[in-house]
Amino acid sequence: MMASSYSAKDEDGHITVSGPGGGTLRNKKPENTAFKQQRLPAWQPILTAGTVLPAFFIIGLIFIPIGIGLYVTSNNIKEFEIDYTGDDTSSPCYNCAQNFSWNNTKSCTCIIPFQLDQPYESNVFMYYGLSNFYQNHRRYVKSRDDSQLNGNIDSLKKPSKECEPYASVDNKPIAPCGAIANSMFNDTLKLFYNDPNGTSVPILLTSTGIAWWTDKHVKFRNPGGNNANLTAVFQGTVKPVNWHRPVYELDTDPENNGFINEDFIVWMRTAALPTFRKLYRIIQKNNNMAPTLPRGNYTLVVDYNYPVRSFEGRKRMILSTISWMGGKNPFLGIAYITVGSVCFFLGVVLLVIHHKYGNRNNSANISN
Amino acid sequence: MARHSEEDAGMAKAPPAARQRKKKPKENKTRTVHANILHDCAKGEENPNRHYANNKIKTTKYTVLSFLPKNLFEQFHRFANVYFVFIALLNFVPVVNAFQPELALAPVVFILSVTAIKDLWEDYRRHRSDKEINHMDCLVYSRAERRYVEKYWKEVRVGDFIRLRCNELLPADVLLLSSSDPDRLCHIETATLDGETNLKQRQVVRSFYDLDCEFDPLKYNSIIECEKPNNDLNRFRGYIIHRSGRRDALYKENLLLRGCTIRNTEEAVGIVIYAGHETKAMLNNNGPRYKRSKLERQMNVDVFWCVIILLVMCLFAAVGHGLWMFQYGDNRPVFDVLSPEGTNLSPIMSAIYLFLTMIIVFQVLIPISLFVSIEIVKICQVYFIHQDMDLYDEETDSHLQCRALNITEDLGQMQYIFSDKTGTLTENKMVFRRCTVAGVEYSHDANARRLAMYQEMDSEEEECMSHGGTLPRRDSVTSHQSARVVLRSQSTKSHRRTGSRAEAKRASILSKHTAFSSPMEKDITPDPKLLDKVNDCSSQMDFMRFHSQPMSQLPSDLSDIIDFFIALTICNTVVVSSPNQPRHKVTLTCSGQKHQFGQTSVRSKRDHLWTGLHNDVLPQLHSRLPGCSSLLSSPSAESTLTKLHEEQPSGGLEQVFSPIPPSYDGKASWNLEEGELRYEAESPDEAALVYAARAYKCSLVGRLPDQVIVELPHLGKLSFELLHTLGFDSTRKRMSVVVRHPLTDQITVYTKGADSVIMDLIKPPDTARKFHLCLFLSFSKKIVCRTQHYLNLYAADGLRTLCIAKKILSKEEYACWLQRHLAAETAIQGREELLFESALRLETNLHLLGATGIEDRLQDGVPETIASLRKAGLQIWVLTGDKQETAVNIAYACKLLDPEEELLTLNEACALLLEESLHYIQSTPFLVHRLGLVIDGRTLAYALDKSLEDKFLAVARSCRSVLCCRSTPLQKSMVVKLVRNKLKVMTLAIGDGANDVSMIQVADVGVGISGQEGMQAVMASDFALPRFRYLQKLLLVHGHWCYSRLANMILYFFYKNAMFVALIFWYQFYCGFSGSAMIDQWYLIFFNLMFSAFPQLITGTLDKDVSAETLQQLPQLYVNGQNSEEYKPYMFWMNMIDAFYQSLVCFFIPYFAYADSDVDLFTWGTPITTLALFTILLHLGTETKTWTWMNWMSIAFSIALFFTVALCYNASCPACYSPSNPYWTMQRLLQEPLFYLLCFITPIAALLPRFFYRACQGTLFPSPVQLGRQLDKLPADIRRNILSLSRVKVGSPLCPKLPFLSLAKLWSWLDAHFLLVAGSGNIEVCF
Repeated sequence: MMASSYSAKDEDGHITVSGPGGGTLRNKKPENTAFKQQRLPAWQPILTAGTVLPAFFIIGLIFIPIGIGLYVTSNNIKEFEIDYTGDDTSSPCYNCAQNFSWNNTKSCTCIIPFQLDQPYESNVFMYYGLSNFYQNHRRYVKSRDDSQLNGNIDSLKKPSKECEPYASVDNKPIAPCGAIANSMFNDTLKLFYNDPNGTSVPILLTSTGIAWWTDKHVKFRNPGGNNANLTAVFQGTVKPVNWHRPVYELDTDPENNGFINEDFIVWMRTAALPTFRKLYRIIQKNNNMAPTLPRGNYTLVVDYNYPVRSFEGRKRMILSTISWMGGKNPFLGIAYITVGSVCFFLGVVLLVIHHKYGNRNNSANISN
Repeated sequence: MARHSEEDAGMAKAPPAARQRKKKPKENKTRTVHANILHDCAKGEENPNRHYANNKIKTTKYTVLSFLPKNLFEQFHRFANVYFVFIALLNFVPVVNAFQPELALAPVVFILSVTAIKDLWEDYRRHRSDKEINHMDCLVYSRAERRYVEKYWKEVRVGDFIRLRCNELLPADVLLLSSSDPDRLCHIETATLDGETNLKQRQVVRSFYDLDCEFDPLKYNSIIECEKPNNDLNRFRGYIIHRSGRRDALYKENLLLRGCTIRNTEEAVGIVIYAGHETKAMLNNNGPRYKRSKLERQMNVDVFWCVIILLVMCLFAAVGHGLWMFQYGDNRPVFDVLSPEGTNLSPIMSAIYLFLTMIIVFQVLIPISLFVSIEIVKICQVYFIHQDMDLYDEETDSHLQCRALNITEDLGQMQYIFSDKTGTLTENKMVFRRCTVAGVEYSHDANARRLAMYQEMDSEEEECMSHGGTLPRRDSVTSHQSARVVLRSQSTKSHRRTGSRAEAKRASILSKHTAFSSPMEKDITPDPKLLDKVNDCSSQMDFMRFHSQPMSQLPSDLSDIIDFFIALTICNTVVVSSPNQPRHKVTLTCSGQKHQFGQTSVRSKRDHLWTGLHNDVLPQLHSRLPGCSSLLSSPSAESTLTKLHEEQPSGGLEQVFSPIPPSYDGKASWNLEEGELRYEAESPDEAALVYAARAYKCSLVGRLPDQVIVELPHLGKLSFELLHTLGFDSTRKRMSVVVRHPLTDQITVYTKGADSVIMDLIKPPDTARKFHLCLFLSFSKKIVCRTQHYLNLYAADGLRTLCIAKKILSKEEYACWLQRHLAAETAIQGREELLFESALRLETNLHLLGATGIEDRLQDGVPETIASLRKAGLQIWVLTGDKQETAVNIAYACKLLDPEEELLTLNEACALLLEESLHYIQSTPFLVHRLGLVIDGRTLAYALDKSLEDKFLAVARSCRSVLCCRSTPLQKSMVVKLVRNKLKVMTLAIGDGANDVSMIQVADVGVGISGQEGMQAVMASDFALPRFRYLQKLLLVHGHWCYSRLANMILYFFYKNAMFVALIFWYQFYCGFSGSAMIDQWYLIFFNLMFSAFPQLITGTLDKDVSAETLQQLPQLYVNGQNSEEYKPYMFWMNMIDAFYQSLVCFFIPYFAYADSDVDLFTWGTPITTLALFTILLHLGTETKTWTWMNWMSIAFSIALFFTVALCYNASCPACYSPSNPYWTMQRLLQEPLFYLLCFITPIAALLPRFFYRACQGTLFPSPVQLGRQLDKLPADIRRNILSLSRVKVGSPLCPKLPFLSLAKLWSWLDAHFLLVAGSGNIEVCF
C-alpha cells in the first residue's frame, strides 16, 4: 500500500564488545542492543501522493461494488408502513386518539383498511413504530430493576431505588417496577386479509420468537422458577399504575407470561433513538407456494390504548420482510458508494498531483 | 579556581527539623556547644546541648499512619486530581449522577493509587537507607567507661567526642581537636559533598596545637560558640572560649563535614558541632528539581481551552434540556421520569442539574490519564537517553545523567546556548607552555615539540591498542619518540608563526588526537636557557650561603628567576601526596558505607570515586605492572592495588618530611623520589605551575599549615615559614602567600593572579599600558612593558596568562598589617569583608617577577559540535572569566568566531558606543549574520544596566556569536536571565565549575560537565554530560525526538478525548439533552485508561521521525523544535476540528445505518465504541512514522483487549451492570454482517481528510523533517553523497542540476534559513 522498506540498521545490533580488556573494565557502559539504542527494525511509511495513491484506488474499487450490492439488497426488501396515530380528523382512529388517556380502562377500537401492491413472499415481520418517544432519556433508561426481572424474590418484594417513583404503591411493591415497564406499549394490533370474494380472513400472528433468545431464557425469569402458578408468585405485588392487567395475565400461554412475556421483553429493550420500531409479531410463511401476504386489501384492527398525543408522538404499524443485513435501509449502500467514489476521485487528484509535482522525484530515484 | 560565589541565596531554606524547637530559651544568633561529658547524663535535663538535633536522620516523608492522609494531601496539590475527585464525588449526588458512583471513582482511584504506590516505594527505599546509615558504627567517648566505645551513628549527639580512624566516614559535622598527624592536620576527601576527589587539609583548632600528649576529653572544658546550622559548605565561623577566658577563632579549616572521608590520618578526635539534619551535608541535600517545560506550559493553555470547550458543551446541553422540557409544558410525557420523591422539576432546575450531570459525562475531555502518560513517556525517554552508547565516555566510564526527569523535550527547543569556556569547551587540563621572567621570554620550544609528539603518539597508540597490543603508554612513547621528533617539530614551528587562524586549525587538529589523561601535563621539558640560569642562580646562592654573604647581592635578574620559581612553587594551595600514603587503601567495608551514603546525599558519588581510581592510580599501575595492566578487571584491580600498598613500607611520610636536610646527591636519587610525589590542586592550572617549577628542579616537597618545604637545586630542602595564605577569589582574581624567606629572612609576599589585576598593582602604579611609550621608561618599567607585550602574545596564542609578583615587607610594615589582619580574622560579623580589605592592603606596590602562559586544550570535537549546533540555528554565547585575547583566540579555535566575520568589540563603557554599534548594524542590514560581538566584564556590567539592556540585546541579537570575557559568575547569570526574560527564548547554560552554577540554575535547561572542577555544576544541573561534544547528540537527536514525540502525543491525546466525548455530545440531540450516553459506562470510563492507552505510549516512546544519523548530519532539522513546529497553537484547534469531524462520521454512519430500526440503546452504542476505537487507532497509525514490532503489538493488543473485555463483560452477569445490562450484546453484534460493514467503512471515511491532507502535504509542501525522512529512505551510499554535497553546498547558490526535486527543495530551504555570504575581513568598529 505505502512505500515500505525495512531499514537494516540492526545489523550491528548484537555485536558484543570485544578486545583487549576493553569491555571488562567499563562496568557502566550501556548495552549495545537494538532496543536500547533505539534501532529496532521498523517500517517507515512516508505519506506522499505517490505512495498513498494506490490505497485510494483500491479502497474505491472495493467500496463501490460493495455499495451497489448493499443497495440492491436493501431495495429488494419490501416494506409497508401505516400511521394510525389518529391526530388527523380523516383518520379512523381520530376519535380514539381524542379522548384517550392512561386512565381509561375501556379500550377503543379503530379499523384501518390498507392495500398491499406487492405480494410478500417470505416471513413477514410486523412492527409497531413510535416517533418522538424518548425511550433513551437518561432517567427513563435507568428506571428498571434487572434483578427483579431476573426472578429474584427479594427484588420482587423490595424493588431497587432506581425504580422510584414507580417502585411501590401504598407500600406494596410494583411488579415489574420502574418507568419503562410502566409505560409499556399496550395497543393490540390485528390483521385481516380481505379476500377478493368479500370475506375477511384473520392472519395468524406469531407472538413468540420476537425477543432475543438470551433475554427470554437468561435475562428474564419469572420469580419462583418453574412455578406454574404465577398468580401465587406475584401475590403481594401490584401492577404498574398504567397497566390494565397485572403482569401474570399478559398471556394465557404459561411460557409467554409474566416477566418472560415477549412483548414485555421487547419493550424493556429501550430504543436507541426517539424514532424507533419494535418487533410485534411474525407472520410465518406457511406453505411454499403461496406468498405469505398476497397482493390485495387488508384491514388493521387496533385496540387503541396507548396515548401519544401529549408528547406529539406518532404510532405506526410496519410490515416488512428482512434480508441478511436486516430491514430496509438504503443508507449503507449509498454510503459505501459515496465513500468509494470520493476515494476514487481523490485518487485521481493525487495522481494529478503526483504527475505534476512528484514524478521527477520518482524518476530521479529510478535513474540513480 | 573553584570557589563558591557568595551570592548563594539557598541559605534561607531551613529544614523542618530546625524549626521544630520553638520553645528555645532565647533566639540566639549563635549556637553554644558544651561537651557532653561535663554533664552526667547525655540526655538529662541539665544538658545544655539537649535542644540540638541528634544524629538520627530521617529522610522519609511518611510514617505508617500518616502515609494515606499525607500522600493524598500532596497529590491534591495537583489541580487535575482535585478536579477528577470532585467529578467522581459529584456522582454520589443522586440528582446529577451519571454513572454508578463506585465505577466513576475507579479511574481516579487508579491514578491516585499508582502515584501513591510509587511514592510509597520511594519512601521505603529512603527508610531502608536511613536505617543503614543510622546503624553505622563510630567511636564515641564514654565518661562512664573512660574510653571510646562503639555506638551507632544515630546515638551521636552534639557535644560528643568522637574518634575517627583512617578511611572512616564522618558521622556528623565535627570540630577537629586532635590528630595523630604530627602537624596537627587531618586530610579529608569531600567527594560525597562536592565530588572533588583531591584531598583537603583540615587543621586542629589552634589552641589544641601544642598538646604534647594525647588529647584527653576529660580535661576539655571549653565552650564553643558558632553560627547556626546553615548549608554553606565553605563557611564556618565561631570561636572557642577556654576556661581561662581566652578566645580562639574557628574557621572552616577546623570543621570536618559529615559524609567526608578521613584520609592519610590515622586517628583524629573531634567534638560534634552539628548533628543529623543540621549538618551541612544534610542541609545541602535538597531533592531533584522540578521544572515545567515549555511544551507543558503550552499544553496547560490547551487544557484550559479544553475546560472552556467542556463548559460550553455542558452549557449548550443544559440550555437544550431546559428548552426540551419547556416544550412539553405541564403535560409531562410518559418517558420523562419524575424525581424519586415524585416531585416535578421545573425546566430551569433540571437544566441546572443537567449541567452538572454533563460535566460528569464529558469529564473525559479533560484527559485524566494525560498527566500520568506524559510522566511514563518521559521516564522512558530518560531511560533511552541514559542507554545511548554515543553519550557514554569510555575514558571516565561515565554517561549522561538526567537529573531533571521532566524537561527532556525542552532539549529539542533550545534557541540560545550559554557556554562556559574553561573546562567546558576546553579540557581544563592545563599544560605549562611558556613563561616570561624579568622581561625575558622563554619559549619552551622543546616542550611544544614534545607536546605535539605526544599527540601523535596517542593516536598511534590508540591504533596499537585496537589491534590488540597491550603496550603500556610510556613504553610506546619512548619507542616512537626518536622517529617522530624531526617531522613534528617543523610542523609545529611553522604553525606557531602564523597567527590566530593557523592556531585555530592546529587546535582543531590537536583536539582530535589527544587522549584525555596523558602524562604530558606532568612532564615538562625545561627551556635550556632558563634551566641554565636557574642552575647558575642557585649555585650562586649556594655559594653565597656557604660564604654567608647577604643574598641581596645577587643580580636582580637572577634573583627574579629564583623568586619566580619559588612563587610558582609556594603560591598555591596544592597538597602533596605520594602513593605511599594510605589514601587509596580502599577496604570493602569502607566503599560499602560510602555507597549507602551516596544514596541519600550524592548520587554520583561512587562513580566519581571510581573515576578517581582509574584516572589517578591505574596509570601508575600500568607503569609498574607492564603486560597485565589492561587485562585487569575492576575488582581485581582494586585488590591488587590494596596489596600493593600494603606491601610497601608506610614510611613514606617520614622520609619526605625528615628534618635532616638531604644533601643534593645527584640526579639518580632525586628522580627516584620525584616519581613518588603527586600534587593535588583545587584548580588544574595551579598543579600545572607546580609541575612546571618541578621541571626546573624547584619542587614542592611538602606543605603544612605553617610551612612549605621546597627543594631547590644546589640548595637542598628549604622550609618557608608560611605566615598567611590569602586565598583566591573571583573578585580579587589573585592569591597571595606571605612567607618568611629562609635564606634572606625577609618577609615576602608572593602574589599570583590575572595579568590585568596584577599589572595595576605593580609599583610604580602609574605604569602606562601602552606599548609605544616603553622606550622612554626606566628599566623596571621596561620589564613591565615587555612582560605585557609577551602577555599579549600569549593571549593571542590562546594561552591562559598569569602574572607572578612579589613584595618584600619590612618588619614594621608587616607588624602593622598583621595587627589589623588578626582583628579581621577574629571578627564574627562581616569577617569576609574585613579579610577582603585586609588582603587589598597587602597586595599593593608589587614587584613583577614574570608571567606564565598555560595552554588549555580544546576538548575533542568542540569545533565540529559548535559548527553543527550553529547550523541548527542555535545562538551560542560564550561567557568566560578569561581575558579577552585568550577568549577570542579560543573562540576562533573552536569555530565560534569565523575569521571572515566582522568583530565588534565593546571595551569602553559608554552608552554612545552601544548606540553607535546599533546604528552601524542597522545601517548595514546585509551584514547582520556575519557579526561577532566581544564584550568584556566592565562593559558588560554597564550594558546590563536597566537603561541600556535593551540596546545591548538589540546589538547582541544581530550578531552571530557573542563572547563575554572577564565576566563574574553573577554577570553570567544576569546575562542568561536577561536574554531569557527579554527575548522570550529557550536558554541552555552549560558549564563545569562552581562559577557556572548560578548561570546553570537560571537557564531553562542547565547542563553540567562532569569534568575536572568538581561536581558543583553537575549538582546544580538538569543534565550532566561527560564531554561537551555530547551536547550535539543530546540536543539534535534526543532533544528533537523527545520534543516531537511528546508534542505529537499531547496533540493526539487532546484529539482522542475530544473525539470520544463529541460522540456523546451529538447523541444529546437525540435524547432530549438528558445526559444519556449510548456508550456503556464501563467502556466510557476505561476507554482512556485501558483500551487506547498502550499504542500511544509506545508511539510516544519509540517513534522516530528522522533517523539519528540524518538528524546529526542535517542539524538544520533542529529548527523544527525551536519554532515549535510540531505543536503550534493552531494545531490544537485543527486537531479539535478533525476530532469533531471524525466523531460526526463515527456517530452518524451508525445513526443512519440503524435509523428507524428496532435496535436498542446499548446494542447501538457498542458498535459506536468499537468504531471510535478503530478510528482512534488508525489515526495514531497515520501519525506514526516508524512501525516497529512493538507498535504492531500494541495496536493488536489494544483491539484484542477491547474485544476480550467486551465479550467477558457481556457474558458475565445477566442481571448486573444497571442500567446498560449489556448481556450478550457483543456476542450478538459479532453475528451481524452490518457490524462488520460499519467497522469497515467508518474509520476509512473518518480518516479520509487527514490521510489525504498528509499525502498532499508530503508531495506539495513537505516540511524539512519530511524531507529528512525521505532522505532516510534512500540507500546509504546515495544518502552519504547527498549529505557530503550538502556540506559543500551550504552557502553557495542553488545548483540547478540537482537530481532530486524534493532534495532541491531541501537545499533551497537550507539556503533560505542559513544564508552564509562570503564577506570581507575583520573591521574593528571601535576600540
